[in-house]
Amino acid sequence: MLLQENHPSAMTEPLIRAEGITKRFGDILAVDGVDLELYPGEVLGIVGESGSGKSTLLNILSGALPPSSGELFYRGRDGTVRDFFKIRERERRFLLGSDIGFVHQDPAAGLRLKVSAGANVAERLLSGGLRRYGEARLRASEWFSKVELPLDRLDSRPEEYSGGMRQRLQIARNLVTGPRLVYMDEPTGGLDVSVQARVLDLVRSLSSEFNLAVILVTHDLGVARLLTERLLVMKNGRVIERGLTDQVLDDPGEPYTQLLVSSVLGGA
Amino acid sequence: MSEKKKRTPAWDGNKAGTAEKTGKAETAEKVVKAGKAGKAGNVVKAGNAGNAGNAEKAEKVVKAGKAVKAGKAGKTSGRRGLNYAYLDEDGKRLVRRALIKAVCVPGYQVPFSGREMPMPYGWGTGGVQVTASIIGPDDVLKVIDQGSSDTTNAVSIQKFFRKTAGVEVTEKTSAATVIQTRHRIPETPLKSGQIMVYQVPIPDPLRFLEPREGEAAARHANREYGILYVKLYEDITRHGEIASSYDYPALVNARYAMSPSPIPRFDNPKLHMSPALHLFGAGREKRIYAVPPYTSVVSLDFEDYPFRPAKSGRACELCGSETSFLDEVITGDQGERIFVCSDTDYCAGRREKAADGEKETRGGG
Repeated sequence: MLLQENHPSAMTEPLIRAEGITKRFGDILAVDGVDLELYPGEVLGIVGESGSGKSTLLNILSGALPPSSGELFYRGRDGTVRDFFKIRERERRFLLGSDIGFVHQDPAAGLRLKVSAGANVAERLLSGGLRRYGEARLRASEWFSKVELPLDRLDSRPEEYSGGMRQRLQIARNLVTGPRLVYMDEPTGGLDVSVQARVLDLVRSLSSEFNLAVILVTHDLGVARLLTERLLVMKNGRVIERGLTDQVLDDPGEPYTQLLVSSVLGGA
Repeated sequence: MSEKKKRTPAWDGNKAGTAEKTGKAETAEKVVKAGKAGKAGNVVKAGNAGNAGNAEKAEKVVKAGKAVKAGKAGKTSGRRGLNYAYLDEDGKRLVRRALIKAVCVPGYQVPFSGREMPMPYGWGTGGVQVTASIIGPDDVLKVIDQGSSDTTNAVSIQKFFRKTAGVEVTEKTSAATVIQTRHRIPETPLKSGQIMVYQVPIPDPLRFLEPREGEAAARHANREYGILYVKLYEDITRHGEIASSYDYPALVNARYAMSPSPIPRFDNPKLHMSPALHLFGAGREKRIYAVPPYTSVVSLDFEDYPFRPAKSGRACELCGSETSFLDEVITGDQGERIFVCSDTDYCAGRREKAADGEKETRGGG
C-alpha cells in the first residue's frame, strides 16, 4: 500500500486497537466482540447490510455511545497508549474536539446550519482556545480552499448550501484542527453520483496529504473499493471477514460476502 | 437603617398575637427571627412561645420550622395567614441553600425547586423568591425595572414586599440594602454589604447555541466555551463588531461562563470586583447563581476585537451626564426624542446637586 512506505515508523504501532467491543441493547446483541486495529494514515472500511451493527460500532469507537464491554487503546501524540473509555471525560472530549473528527451522513448533525460556514470551520479552533478573530477567519478560509469551496460563500449559512457543499464543509470543519483520525459514517450517503465521486476524491487526497487515518462505514461497496485499503465485513454484529479491500471484494471467502459482492454486480 | 412602617403588615398580626400570649415581646421578636434563620433550636422556642398546649401542633411547628405558624398554633390566628415575606419557611430554606452553594461556586447555576409566586413567570418570580429568602424587617428595599423605580413591575414588587415583609422601600441606591433589579445595575457605585438581586429569564448563556441541557451542562463542567466565541465570531462577521448589546456573556472567577441577565453590556464592567453581593434568580428555569463580592467577571471577547462597554457619545438631556447609560424617549408625534439617564435615581440625584449650586462634576457618582 502507498502510505506504508511513506510512514514506516508509524506502521509499527497502531493508532487505535479495539478489543472485544460489545454492545447490547436489552436482549439484542448489536455489536459482538469486535477486534480491530487502525494504523496512522490508513483508510479502513466497514461494510455490511443495514442493521449489521456498523454504525453502532462507529458510535462506540467515537465515544458517542458507551460499550457494554471491550477496550479501545488509543495512542496519543506523545506515544502513550491508554484505554479511550477509561480516560477522564474532559480529556476524551478534548481529543474528540481536536485529534479526532466525525463526519456524519447527515450534515445537519455535524454542522451548525444557522451560523456562517466560516464560523462552522472556526468552531473547533475557538474551542481549542484560539482568541483572535482574524486568525480564525484566515484559517477557515484556508480550509475552504482545501476542500474546494468557493471563498465568497464563507459567510453564507450552510442551510443555503447544496448537499455536496455541506459535506465538504463538514470535512473542513473536522480537519481544521489537524486530527489524526476521522470517523466517517456514510459520508456520501445522500449525494448524487457525480457529487459523490468528487467528495470521495477529496477524502482520498486529504487522507494521503495529512496522513489521516479514516474509518469509513458504508453499505456501498463501490465507495469501499475506491477509498479503503482494508475492509471489515460485518453481519449480525460480528466481523465475519477481514482483509485487503481488493482481496475481500475480488475473492470473498464467506458466503455472505460473496452474496454482498454479487448483489452489487447484479444491481449495476 | 430601619424605620418601622406605620402600616401594620399582614404578617405582623401573627407576631402581635404571639407576643400577647406570651406577654414577652422580646420572645416574639425571636420567633420571627427564628423563622428567618430557620434554626432548629430557635424554632423549638418558637413552639414554646406559641404555647398552644397542643402538642401535636407544636410538633408540627418544630418539624416544619415555621416560626410564624407558631403564632397560629397559639390560636391567635393571623389576619391573612401569610408567612413573613410571603414565601414559606421551607421554600426560603431551600432557596438559601441554593444561594450558599451559588456563592461558593461563583457563576455556577444551582438548580432549586422554585415555588409558585403570586405573579406570572417573566415578571421576576426568580428574583422575588431570592429577595423573599434574604430580606428581613431591617432591610431597605429598592426595586428597579428598566433603570427606574416607578415603572409597573418595580412598583408592584415594592408594594408586595412592603405588604408581606414590612420593609422600608426607597428609590435611593445608596440607602438600599437589597436592590432587586431587571435590566440595570445602578450608576451609583455599590457598596460593601449591599445585595443586588437579578430577575433572570434565561440563566444559561449556552442555551441558544447548545439546546441540549445535558450537553450544555457537560460543557460547563469541562469549561468548554468555544461556542460562545462562535457567537462572537458570527457577530463580527455580520456586523463588523460584537453586536450583542445585552445579556453579554462573561466568565466568572475565570471558571464559569455566566449570563448576566438582560442588563446592557454597558453594565457588565460594574460586576467585576464589585464590593456588593450579586444574586441571580431564574424562576421559570429554577436556577440560582451568584457573583460574590470582589470576584472577577470578565466579558468574553477576541484579542483583536476587545470588549467595549457602549458607544453612546451623548449626554443626558436632564442631568448632562456623559457617562451614564441613556434611554431614548419619544416626546412627540413627529418623532421628537430625547436621551435621558436610564437610572432615574442617579439622574435625579445629579439634578438635585446641580440645583443646590454644587459644582457639577462630570461622571461623578
